[in-house]
Amino acid sequence: MLFGLHWDTSHGELAFAVSILPMLLIGMWVTIEASILGFFVAMVIGLGLAVLKGARLRIVRWPAMFVTEFIRDTPLLVQLFFLYYVLPDYGIVLPAFLTGALALGIQYSAYMSEVYRAGIEAVDHGQIEAAKALDLPGRRTFTHIVLPQAVPRVVPALGNYMVSIMKDVPVLSVVTVLEMLNVAKIIGDQTFDYLVPLSMVGGLYMILTLIASGIVRWVDVKLPKRGLALR
Amino acid sequence: MSEPIIRFDKVEKSFGAFNVLKDLDFEVAKGEKVTIIGPSGSGKSTVLRILMTLEDVTSGVVYVGGQPLWHEKKGERLVPASEAHLRKMRTQLGMVFQSFNLFPHMTVLRNLTEAPRVVLGLSKVAAKERADELLELVGLTEHAHKFPNQLSGGQQQRVGIARALAMRPKVMLFDEPTSALDPELVGEVLNVIRHLAEAHDLTMLMVTHEMRFAREISDRVCFFDQGRIREQGTPDEIFGNPKEKRTQQFLRAVTEAD
Amino acid sequence: MTWTQYLGPLSQGAWVTVQLTFWSTILGAFLSFAAGIGKLSPVRGVRWLSITYIEVFRGTSLLVQLFWLYFALPIMGDAIGINLRLPPVAAGVLALGLNIGAYGAEVVRGAIQAVSKQQYEAAKAMNFTYRHTLWRVALPQAIPEMMPSFSNLAVQNLKDTALASLISLGDLAFKAEQLRNYYQDSTTVYTIVLLMYFGMALVLSVLMRLLEANVGRWRGARR
Repeated sequence: MLFGLHWDTSHGELAFAVSILPMLLIGMWVTIEASILGFFVAMVIGLGLAVLKGARLRIVRWPAMFVTEFIRDTPLLVQLFFLYYVLPDYGIVLPAFLTGALALGIQYSAYMSEVYRAGIEAVDHGQIEAAKALDLPGRRTFTHIVLPQAVPRVVPALGNYMVSIMKDVPVLSVVTVLEMLNVAKIIGDQTFDYLVPLSMVGGLYMILTLIASGIVRWVDVKLPKRGLALR
Repeated sequence: MSEPIIRFDKVEKSFGAFNVLKDLDFEVAKGEKVTIIGPSGSGKSTVLRILMTLEDVTSGVVYVGGQPLWHEKKGERLVPASEAHLRKMRTQLGMVFQSFNLFPHMTVLRNLTEAPRVVLGLSKVAAKERADELLELVGLTEHAHKFPNQLSGGQQQRVGIARALAMRPKVMLFDEPTSALDPELVGEVLNVIRHLAEAHDLTMLMVTHEMRFAREISDRVCFFDQGRIREQGTPDEIFGNPKEKRTQQFLRAVTEAD
Repeated sequence: MTWTQYLGPLSQGAWVTVQLTFWSTILGAFLSFAAGIGKLSPVRGVRWLSITYIEVFRGTSLLVQLFWLYFALPIMGDAIGINLRLPPVAAGVLALGLNIGAYGAEVVRGAIQAVSKQQYEAAKAMNFTYRHTLWRVALPQAIPEMMPSFSNLAVQNLKDTALASLISLGDLAFKAEQLRNYYQDSTTVYTIVLLMYFGMALVLSVLMRLLEANVGRWRGARR
């Protein structure tokens, strides 16, 4: 029994599959929630890192670059354990789900900070020179010239990371988050049938990532390539 | 007259709705040096690309050495050629590209020996001997072990010519061989081609914008316009006394630009 | 207990991580080329097989793949009467290699397609066969283009090996979890472990850069 639901192990594989589907779908919902929360955390921290890495002062820039590299080169699983076991030692006690989303967010912030930077740097330097020639203040140049042109390059790349985050959510099962894979594992542990639930999770993941990639592609097509129009 | 080595019989070629070649009849005799001139988009490069089997024909038949190029005889009927047939036919043709298209990861020598070894089955020694001869011909013996990006454009194109010759083709196709070169490098490439033109049994078909050179080496000049041969004749006829108004306009435009 | 006493068990774990990374990267590289080239094959069956492999392994989660191979595959084997019980090392290497290979295949395919059309035309004019064009013209030019992405994938693979600890493989992450459980000294243990992964990733990046310089030698040649 899980989530107050019962599985049916006495009427064949199909009945078993049907009986556990609702449980897997509850797990899938947790997967989606964790992905979305992790994604937003990553967007915010990533932006912070990107800004720091673009700082003029070396004393700001270099630590930010080191932190990005460090996060990128160490496993999500270990980062998650670190947060889960070390934060409470310093009096920060978060529920497992939030710790997990935070770990996802931190891991992907490193990738996203690179996306922001690449998007901004891809804006033709001539555009900035033109803005300078027109005496536009620096801030307005950034918000009205650079940003609208960077967004169409940045958004699809961020979207692809959303899909990657989804595929990393099962790691959160190690800190007891009941996402889809954990649900399947528990069902397997109890019924001794891993084949059906784990295969179903594989299938559900295929559907989930297909839909998510489809949305990303749709957004990519919809975004005006020349930049967001300002009227 | 003996069978021409190249014959286009009512050839059409279209890319989508655009007709590049329209009902083209065109012949080249063995050993003949023919230059094709004309405005861009007139289909002149397409003639070479069809012969090198880089583009197929939409309709009509192309013959090389008396045999259909893009078709095979099945009884009395002509059916689209198999890859094996195309491979056999290609051995008669060599091509020099506008942008050289050397293999950048192979040394000059390797560019010249690769195809003779793997396609013609020459031994390493025989392929090397052949390559050495050709490098001497194009004056690049001392550059044999360099990579293409270590050479100037003119040198690269001379390697391109040597590479095509290494396959001992009967027909050499030159697709604007000097168009991608800086003006001061054009001469060395033209000298090599001029030298080749003196060999009587090699058939040459060249697309070029070098009008003076075309006049000098060609047996015949064809003026292409809108997918057709508008006018053809000896260099003196075409350059000295063009009959068609379009030819006159074209020649006036290019000589003014010179 | 001082932190130096953790180093013994952690080094043992790190050595397992290195081996896991090495073998799964080899397997992944092989699969990358097989499926990347296969996806462009003129033979429809080969093309479909490659696409299916790539889509399934890119479309699902690595941990799901790992658990499936370790927990579900034996049950499928029992059902058809074959012993498919994999030792943890085999399941780990297989899952990691299959997963990274699917991502690598897209890199290989992309790089082959990025070789300029003119190179393929030159190969045709020289009368090369499909196979010869692929091996001697396209791949030598495509491989240097693949290297930066391969480098990222290798580091990704190193990080992914940590998941193998979840099927009780004694790698670095596994040893860390054991030590934490025993000594309850999470801050020290995990800090050391993170630094060790970071160090290994840096070494791996350097190795990949050396390899990159090696396969792209002809590109460096200048007048």
